[in-house]
Amino acid sequence: MRVALAVPCYVDQLRPEAARATLVLLERLGCKVSLAFDAPCCGQPMNNAGAVADARAAATNWAASAGVFDVVVMPSGSCTHHVRHHLPGLVDNDRGNHAAQVTFELCEFITGPLGMAHLPGRFPHRVAMHLGCHAQRGLRLGGSSELHQPVSGPMHSLLCGLEGLTLVPLDRVDECCGFGGSFAVGEPELSVAMGRSRLADYTSHQAEVLVSSDPSCLLHLEGVARSPLVLSAAKDLRTMHIAELLEEATR
Amino acid sequence: MSAGHPEAAAAFLNDSERAAWHDQALWFVRQRRDRATDLPEWEALRDRAAELKAYAMANLAGLLEAFETRATASGVTVHWARDAKEHNRIVFDLLRQRSATRVAKSKSMLTEECQLNPYLAARGIEVVDTDLGERIVQLAGEAPSHIVLPAIHWKKEEVGTLFHTHFGTPADESSPDALAAAAREHLREVLLHADAAITGANAMVAGTGGVVICTNEGNADLGMHSAPIHIVSVGIEKIVATLDDLGVLLRVLARSATGQPITAYTTHITAPRPGAEMHVVLVDNGRSARLADPEFRSALHCIRCGACLNTCPVYRRSGGHSYQYSIAGPIGAILAPAVDLDAHRALPFASTLCGSCKDVCPVRIDIPVQLLAWRGRIASANALPKGYAAIFARLGGIVADRTRFESAGRWARRALRFLPPALLAGRWNPWTRAGRELPLAPAQSFREWARREGRVE
Repeated sequence: MRVALAVPCYVDQLRPEAARATLVLLERLGCKVSLAFDAPCCGQPMNNAGAVADARAAATNWAASAGVFDVVVMPSGSCTHHVRHHLPGLVDNDRGNHAAQVTFELCEFITGPLGMAHLPGRFPHRVAMHLGCHAQRGLRLGGSSELHQPVSGPMHSLLCGLEGLTLVPLDRVDECCGFGGSFAVGEPELSVAMGRSRLADYTSHQAEVLVSSDPSCLLHLEGVARSPLVLSAAKDLRTMHIAELLEEATR
Repeated sequence: MSAGHPEAAAAFLNDSERAAWHDQALWFVRQRRDRATDLPEWEALRDRAAELKAYAMANLAGLLEAFETRATASGVTVHWARDAKEHNRIVFDLLRQRSATRVAKSKSMLTEECQLNPYLAARGIEVVDTDLGERIVQLAGEAPSHIVLPAIHWKKEEVGTLFHTHFGTPADESSPDALAAAAREHLREVLLHADAAITGANAMVAGTGGVVICTNEGNADLGMHSAPIHIVSVGIEKIVATLDDLGVLLRVLARSATGQPITAYTTHITAPRPGAEMHVVLVDNGRSARLADPEFRSALHCIRCGACLNTCPVYRRSGGHSYQYSIAGPIGAILAPAVDLDAHRALPFASTLCGSCKDVCPVRIDIPVQLLAWRGRIASANALPKGYAAIFARLGGIVADRTRFESAGRWARRALRFLPPALLAGRWNPWTRAGRELPLAPAQSFREWARREGRVE
């Protein structure tokens, strides 16, 4: 299958490993991956902060890039949510709708269009799974405790299919990590307090690895874990993007 | 006031042990809600509740007039108040004309919204809140921090100290039973000797002309059945069409609020007691304006169950007072800006947009969508909280253009890699100031790597 890889702006600059792992993984799964997707950002950071005009400029640019592709894959639930739910309203022409229809979050792309509920692989570690809120309650890429649904969804399915992997149980299976885009800098004390709560949940269940399909959550949680103010157990937690984990597990 | 939420939240979090206790106390209520709402028909009930509220809002004028006609026919006097000022004036006039100076009031968020207590106190009328939680915060000179659990931020030992001062309970008494018994004795006196009773209402039923009041303490009933005059203060959005609709609302209300199948007391009053008076004050106070705004109309569906507060990771860790509005939490954050955009402009930003509130809301209000819409309106009004405008407008100019983006990214990564951390992580930097390290920046971006590999031009 021919796909375009759209790398979110902050992943391009701050977590290129996640983008490289996505590329390698997609090629390993038989995709022909184009890196010609040019627009740097879908506009979410600005839209989230109320700067709608700035968001529109970025989103229009993003939708123009998506216009020439039939499938666009993003290693981020949050950005995919913005593209699918907000680009049709932000972009004046029909490209916003096209972008919304052809863009997939990595895990949903693998279990959906690629049709692989599991990947053959091995990852013998205790793993805590964090599904970003926009992937979960926005894109519904996982069950929600509020709706009395079990932990589930594409990322969960892919993780459960790996040999040797133990998903650790959590006290709060789907509590927000406190990143929230502009919230992280607008309400830094709350943001960090929420991050610490999540880390404590992971480490109290002896997780070795924290995995998420949202690199923005990881950027935040990793920053909180590395702070000298945080309990030492969190320092040993290896944070991985789902693409990095799946790439390593299927080598 | 617009100094706002981040500062108040930071102050609340300063006592980290207390903040963790508060978070856990509310999480416990959320879990009770999860168990009580685990019914096969729960999602269908939410659909039905959302529909009946939408119907009521679409037919508001007609339903209110039907309510008035029936209530009046049963001997109830119905008053219409355009705003808080008119409401307070109507209530005061009713009390003054009857020389009432001691009022027993059960829980009503509307009277908080209208600031009725200070208004009456300034005119020589003593109002005693008879809900235990409300009485605690009233004795302490505070506002409720939660719409259902007004004193959820109080520990039982602290209530013990407060009651020792006011009721003479033993200094170290902290047993909830003993403290409740002391409060009961005090409140019985108030309830039996009040000149007037004021209550809120959980619903009005157009089909019966009746008012419905739910409590767990029976304080509203004791008050209204003892005093010669009963005044109900109620927002116009509390109307429902029929008893069937009421049944649905009652099923979702207590389960969402406290995890009970139904409140201990659910009273449906359709007429004054023989020899007594009953007045209903219908209050608009901005509700009609909200009804006229499709983007925010569904906020009027709110039945004040508090489920969105209990589930909100921000509310649980910042406390109700950090919202600086009578209604805290996610629902308060979409109601307050309609009252005063400038004063409450920080509130729509006091959310990660995680969406949990939307999924617990028994009447399916899409709170995150409205939070985002308020952010847009606040930005259009040039009223963004400090920092936001500067950061995100600049970011917009950068990320919309590849050349500018790559050059800015290169410089930012260099700064992260080579500048001394102390320079980057000062007090001025909100990313680091609360205990969060800056990202470890890579030498090359993904795009630079891909270019080097010949994968992209």
